[in-house]
Amino acid sequence: MSGANSDLMTLVAGIFGVLIVASVIGYILQQRLSPNGSNAAVENLNARIKAWWVMVILIGIAFIAGRIGVLILFGFCSFAALREFVTLINTRRADHWALAAAFFVVVPIQYFLLWAEQYGIFSIFIPVYAFLLMPIISVLRGDTERFLVRIAEVQWALMICVFCASHVPALLTLKIPGYEGRNVLLIAFLVIVVQLSDVLQYVWGKLLGRTKIAPRLSPSKTVEGFVGGIISATLIGTGLWWITPFAPLQAGLLALVITLMGFFGGLVMSAIKRDRGVKDWGNLIEGHGGLIDRLDSVVFSAPIFFHLTRYWWSL
Amino acid sequence: MKALPTKAAATVIVLFARAVTAVRAVWPEGGLPSRPCVYYANHSSHGDFVLVWTVLPPRLRHRARPVAGAEYWLKSWLNRFIGRDVFNAVLIARDRDKRTEDPVTQMASAIDAGSSLILFPEGTRNQSDARLLPFKSGIFHLAMARPDVDLVPVWISNLNRVMPKGEIVPIPLICTVTFGSALQIAPGEDKDVFLERMQAALLALSPNIVGGGE
Repeated sequence: MSGANSDLMTLVAGIFGVLIVASVIGYILQQRLSPNGSNAAVENLNARIKAWWVMVILIGIAFIAGRIGVLILFGFCSFAALREFVTLINTRRADHWALAAAFFVVVPIQYFLLWAEQYGIFSIFIPVYAFLLMPIISVLRGDTERFLVRIAEVQWALMICVFCASHVPALLTLKIPGYEGRNVLLIAFLVIVVQLSDVLQYVWGKLLGRTKIAPRLSPSKTVEGFVGGIISATLIGTGLWWITPFAPLQAGLLALVITLMGFFGGLVMSAIKRDRGVKDWGNLIEGHGGLIDRLDSVVFSAPIFFHLTRYWWSL
Repeated sequence: MKALPTKAAATVIVLFARAVTAVRAVWPEGGLPSRPCVYYANHSSHGDFVLVWTVLPPRLRHRARPVAGAEYWLKSWLNRFIGRDVFNAVLIARDRDKRTEDPVTQMASAIDAGSSLILFPEGTRNQSDARLLPFKSGIFHLAMARPDVDLVPVWISNLNRVMPKGEIVPIPLICTVTFGSALQIAPGEDKDVFLERMQAALLALSPNIVGGGE
């Protein structure tokens, strides 16, 4: 337990160090290039750094509050993400009760099941029960207009925003021999690797980016950014093996899987935004667009990371 | 100074509105007028004025008074408390025969007293497929009575999906309140021309419909 705490403290000190350096760089850039807020890229960078502080502090508070704190934090993330998602999908009056159930019944139950550590029902509650019951609630109103589209979109919203997202705090429920009391560090590993991968792809792309990797989906993503970001985030993940139950090579491989899933998750979510004709999912976080804009890569990598860890390392 | 219960109720209502709708305001280039003005908005839900009120900066919010139908907002104790005490609504009688006061006079004197108005010129909640119902003439007569007052178009999007008519549970969805640049009535402007111009200015703020393609 004390090992977990000292590792966590080292990690927190490291993250604060990185953020302080980033803030100083952001400040210098602003003084040099954008003294009156005219340089959009610098302003955006500083807004991002500020939002990072808020996120790190929120996650830190949740970690200090323990399991309940983490569950409440991610429960609210699911709620806010679902709100952003449902705002953009096709809904009709007839879906009112199904949507109300998604927000006020499905979200609390999913996180309650995590709290109760009922893995069996937790892992099928949304794919089976919500999947079957939500269309039943909708069909009772008798409105068949675009019915399949409507029920499919609601299910997709639940899978992404609630089911997948809840696999981040689900890491706390894993029973890994020799790793007792340290599971919170698995969440830190996942979130740090995914988020750094996003940032590093952005940085490498800005520095060297020439060849667009997916011009129709995400014009700012480049091959150079992708390769540089994935490699450097994988190396950082390898370097963080000491906070995980993995050996360095294993940590590196898992970091590679996480970053790849995160990258492709970002592409999928971009495609949905394009389809819906919006630039951002919302505007919850200044400089970051909506919550889903920041969570998309975590959401795609969390369930895979959870299951790989569960299969190979957990009891 | 407002009494404590009404202040507390106002805070609770604002927090609730923000929790459900994560409402965001979009401001016009030059900002909002600092003197008393008329915010006129599309109307699809009883919560419309709450959203406009919620996003206004505090110094402008304190003097903003919704214009609402007396019949509805005097109906029960709760309606009276919210409409009259919390939001200090300018309550106008819909029924011409039962009127003791002229609505235009009521609105004009509220402006004279330093208040801004939140007005829904469609006159009733829009339950139709049209994006906007034809405006009633009240806003024209108000503009004639106070020709120098700024008229600020305000488009409220998505609130009708949060709580459609007849539903009791709100669905959390992100709402946007978009403020346009202020307009004024032109000297000698014809009623129909004026109303047409006001409607066009409001519709120009409505985003392309995403989701909720009903």
